[in-house]
Amino acid sequence: MKSTRATQEPRWVRYTLLSVGLGFLFFFLGLPLVAVFVEALKEPETRSAIGLTIGIALAVLPFNIVFGVAAAWAIAKFEFKGKSLLITLIDLPFAVSPVVAGLIFILLFGSQGTFGNWLSEHDLKIIFAVPGMILATLFITFPFIARELIPLMQSQGKDEEEAAVSLGASGFQMFWRVTLPNIKWGLLYGVILSNARAMGEFGAVSVVSGHIRGETNTLPLHVEILYNEYNAIGAFAAASILALLALVTLVAKTVVEWRMKKETEMLNTVLAPEKT
Amino acid sequence: MVAKAHRVLPGFGLALGYTLVYLSLLILLPLGGMILKASELGFGQIIDIALGERSLAAFRVTFGASFVAATVNAFFGLIVAWILVRYTFPGKRFVDALVDLPFALPTAVAGITLATLYAGNGWLGQFIEPLGFKVAYTPVGIVVALTFITLPFVVRTLQPVIEDIETEVEEAAASLGASRWQTFVKVIFPAIFPALLTGFALAFARAVGEYGSVIFIAGNLPLISEITPLLIISKLEQYDVLGATALAVVMLALSFILLLAVNVLQWWTANRHKNSEPLEVAAAKASGGAA
Repeated sequence: MKSTRATQEPRWVRYTLLSVGLGFLFFFLGLPLVAVFVEALKEPETRSAIGLTIGIALAVLPFNIVFGVAAAWAIAKFEFKGKSLLITLIDLPFAVSPVVAGLIFILLFGSQGTFGNWLSEHDLKIIFAVPGMILATLFITFPFIARELIPLMQSQGKDEEEAAVSLGASGFQMFWRVTLPNIKWGLLYGVILSNARAMGEFGAVSVVSGHIRGETNTLPLHVEILYNEYNAIGAFAAASILALLALVTLVAKTVVEWRMKKETEMLNTVLAPEKT
Repeated sequence: MVAKAHRVLPGFGLALGYTLVYLSLLILLPLGGMILKASELGFGQIIDIALGERSLAAFRVTFGASFVAATVNAFFGLIVAWILVRYTFPGKRFVDALVDLPFALPTAVAGITLATLYAGNGWLGQFIEPLGFKVAYTPVGIVVALTFITLPFVVRTLQPVIEDIETEVEEAAASLGASRWQTFVKVIFPAIFPALLTGFALAFARAVGEYGSVIFIAGNLPLISEITPLLIISKLEQYDVLGATALAVVMLALSFILLLAVNVLQWWTANRHKNSEPLEVAAAKASGGAA
């Protein structure tokens, strides 16, 4: 059972060439690229800022996904009074300045805020601490996933889900086997957008963070601190990490858009003969 | 089976209930709390704070610069959307993806980069400043930053609408003797105008609230290049919470009035010839669902 064909090198040659070629690329291209970011990461403050930025983005994600799917399910698949008002209210955070978004949480949880006394009695800290930053980020990224899913689920209609239910699927089975596969690319698209915003948010987080180095400093805030200290090199090194994030976001977004387009085209070609 | 005759699908109560509770807790109650806090001051005092010399100047700079930036983007965004939909050129898909850069790039990064570009020794600043134009650390710099930040709105709102314009309509106009310019002004522009307004309004609303990118390039001189969000923050840093709240409420009210006005205008343009021109209806629908 020798699988080598006449037009192919023997196996050991292939593996040698592969490892030499890839090793060469890694040594001359990959290593400098990695070194750029490792050097940027060397500073412990930058490292903790990156950690906090990622942490907040991860903490916000499940809330946004659950809310986005729930809101889109209610709005796209059912008729009820006040639906357009609800859609308008979901868009509300887009009309609110990030700085104001931070301010409203200071008014609630700050030392002179509505719950300020109660919080200090119980030794809890929300403002100038991570929970406040998570709240502000939640406010800012609130509409993103819902906005992507509502038109998508509206255009898909409810025939497939109704078929699943009438064939005896439980609510969970219907969601897991029918709805989720249908909306997965739209959901991913919304996640990419809200994630980019969560990681890059500046105004809202800046108001509630208190700028405590190594504790409540996200990467965008760290860029500001370094820049204001006239440490332009450090600021741009940190900024380059965020710019890389932006590039990854753009590429991921383009790929998902392409997949979504391809899937609808496939669906159209399958359905086209039936319609004519 | 009898009880839920018309709701086959499960989960309506749960989904809607969760949506309403989450929306109320995270968005509505905190915003309401802010308005309640501002009402401690009373209407007259809020107006006094908003009309103070420094806040009035900040409002003028913020809304003025946002208006100019949104107008610039409406003009160039129309051209960009047009070439992206109608023309083919090398690198088109790359350019199309690049339009979203301001959404993907954190605003602080945009801020320090633009400030460095337009500063006196920057790539662009070194050519512009000898000509007598100072961009960085002036109100012009604010316009530049806001134009960058809000660039995608008009393009992304217009693209689907331009895609939906049926070429038959343009062919009909041309065969009836209209020049290309007449076709654009009389046929195409009315169809895309509601979407253009939506894009303008979205860009404007975003620009008014923008903070991160502006503060690095503005220079932040009180009365000259200080924006309202920055004034809110400086009031907060001086523990003038009520003053900050008053400004925030006024800013919120102004943005809502503007958005409402644009919505009414858009609704009006979309409904004017509802029956005679189905194209406009399509355009209005598309613009309502876009962005």
